[in-house]
Amino acid sequence: MGHISLNQITKTFGNVQVIPPLDLEIEDGEFIVFVGPSGCGKSTLLRLIAGLEDVTSGEIKIDGRDATETPPAKRGLAMVFQSYALYPHMSVRKNIAFPLKMAGFDKAEIDRKIDDAARVLNLTDYLDRRPGQLSGGQRQRVAIGRAIVREPAAFLFDEPLSNLDAALRVNMRLEISELHNKLETTMIYVTHDQVEAMTMADRIVVLRAGIIEQVGTPLELYSKPRNLFVAGFIGSPKMNFIEGAVAERRDAAKVGIRPEHMQLSLEEGRWEGTVSVSEHLGSDTFLHVETERAGMLTARADGEFPVRHGDRVFLTPQDDKIHRFDAEGMALS
Amino acid sequence: MAHTPTKGRKLLFTLIAWTIGFLIFFPILWTILTSFKTEAEAIASPPSFVFFDWTLDNYVEVQERSAYFRHFWNSVVISVGSTVLGLLVAIPAAWSMAFVPSKQTKNVLMWMLSTKMLPPVGVLIPIYLIFRDAGLLDTLTGLVIVVMLINLPIIIWMLFTYFREIPGEILEAARMDGAGLRSEILYVLTPMAVPGIASTLLLNIILAWNEAFWTLNLTAAKSAPLTAFIASYSSPEGLFYAKLSAASTMAIAPILILGWFSQKQLVRGLTFGAVK
Repeated sequence: MGHISLNQITKTFGNVQVIPPLDLEIEDGEFIVFVGPSGCGKSTLLRLIAGLEDVTSGEIKIDGRDATETPPAKRGLAMVFQSYALYPHMSVRKNIAFPLKMAGFDKAEIDRKIDDAARVLNLTDYLDRRPGQLSGGQRQRVAIGRAIVREPAAFLFDEPLSNLDAALRVNMRLEISELHNKLETTMIYVTHDQVEAMTMADRIVVLRAGIIEQVGTPLELYSKPRNLFVAGFIGSPKMNFIEGAVAERRDAAKVGIRPEHMQLSLEEGRWEGTVSVSEHLGSDTFLHVETERAGMLTARADGEFPVRHGDRVFLTPQDDKIHRFDAEGMALS
Repeated sequence: MAHTPTKGRKLLFTLIAWTIGFLIFFPILWTILTSFKTEAEAIASPPSFVFFDWTLDNYVEVQERSAYFRHFWNSVVISVGSTVLGLLVAIPAAWSMAFVPSKQTKNVLMWMLSTKMLPPVGVLIPIYLIFRDAGLLDTLTGLVIVVMLINLPIIIWMLFTYFREIPGEILEAARMDGAGLRSEILYVLTPMAVPGIASTLLLNIILAWNEAFWTLNLTAAKSAPLTAFIASYSSPEGLFYAKLSAASTMAIAPILILGWFSQKQLVRGLTFGAVK
């Protein structure tokens, strides 16, 4: 079980309210990602759920029980930290055994659980090493191992992959997703990386300044962003925003079009422009095009699209993919 | 910026350092040498430095005249007892100051340090009266308590400096893993701080061993440590330098040996946190 509900919770540090009243329901077995820019309160929110910070007001329920005042040790949650936070003086085996020892399991049971976890996480050969003798990826696996042996109601991940290099990050992302499929336990995952959010989440919570801007599945956020912030935050490269005549013609203060929703042509199209930068990634080409009618736009083309800096190109947006926003930045239907 | 001294300067600094080191050590050397002289040679002028008749008579006499081992045992009980008791109090105190600081933490730390600047004689009479009324005069329990209290600020400061270097996330991880406060301190914080705790322990054993003001003023005979043992050799009949030196050498030898073997640990402890 791992149903978590936040009712009107707030958090204030001194005179600064970092989390204004916030409600959120996290379903049992769900993989939910908190995403947002630095300082948006996503880590604070996770720490409130963990019990590492006290809420200023409001109520946290875990599986229907009020856990607002429960100390972290008694909430039945497990957390994986950005810095791994392994116990440096203990071997891998003892690190993984620690939560079990605290829970009062007997030695045989502890050994069995460690062996299981080590097998799942490919750590069997490293059980007698200290954390200092492991690579970043192995340390992260130990941290995950320490979390899974307790069979918690939910896992909390606080930017667990940001200390890893790019290639390893992609691998670990897959491993965590596989682990979620296998365990079917609630996972709450904090990241500032929207790619991580999009690839892993069942639902994403987009936060800004402690306020939930939108909650939805990755594709909902992508195709129906509620406001300019979500529209700009989700998707890579980010959505193009156009003001002026182009927007007015569509009865909006601003319109948005994603780079992948524009047709590129060397001969004809709606908006003519000059390529200022072309980024060839192999699979795709991202073009930054200076247009007269719509300003600077980013467009996505095939990997082998034959353009270079200074070439003339034509862009044609797909009309049904244009997002319209009012003067307050809210999406218009 | 790297700065490499020239060979000549290096030699000069080495010489200066050795000279200062020798000057600091000289009184101890003088005491040790005098302890092997006869009383007549001890006061001879000019004094002979190495060329005299070496004798162990002073040591034999000192051991016969006063019970060295009883004083030695009292010193051990007071220094080890006060340090262990001090650590038991200081570890939780330093934990809370390092990991759950309040607005007043800095002030409390400064206040504790300021008590070390107070001349002990200023509080001698009230403490003496408290000890008398509580029946603690000339008892090891009383001395353990008072020596622990006077060194407590240093113990807390040293541990605080160490604990601050330990990432808070590791303690939070322990809390998430189901550890209560006691388990967190016992299984995670303390083992991680072992080098720091060891240097604090050593330094405080030395400080407590050398503590003379309170041990002299609050003891008579029963629980007197080695400091009182040395003091007993300065008698109204006159000073017996050779015997006094033998007594002093016997009193400082254990702590000197302990200091010698643990110097690496001590230096690390005293400079910890200075350079990250």
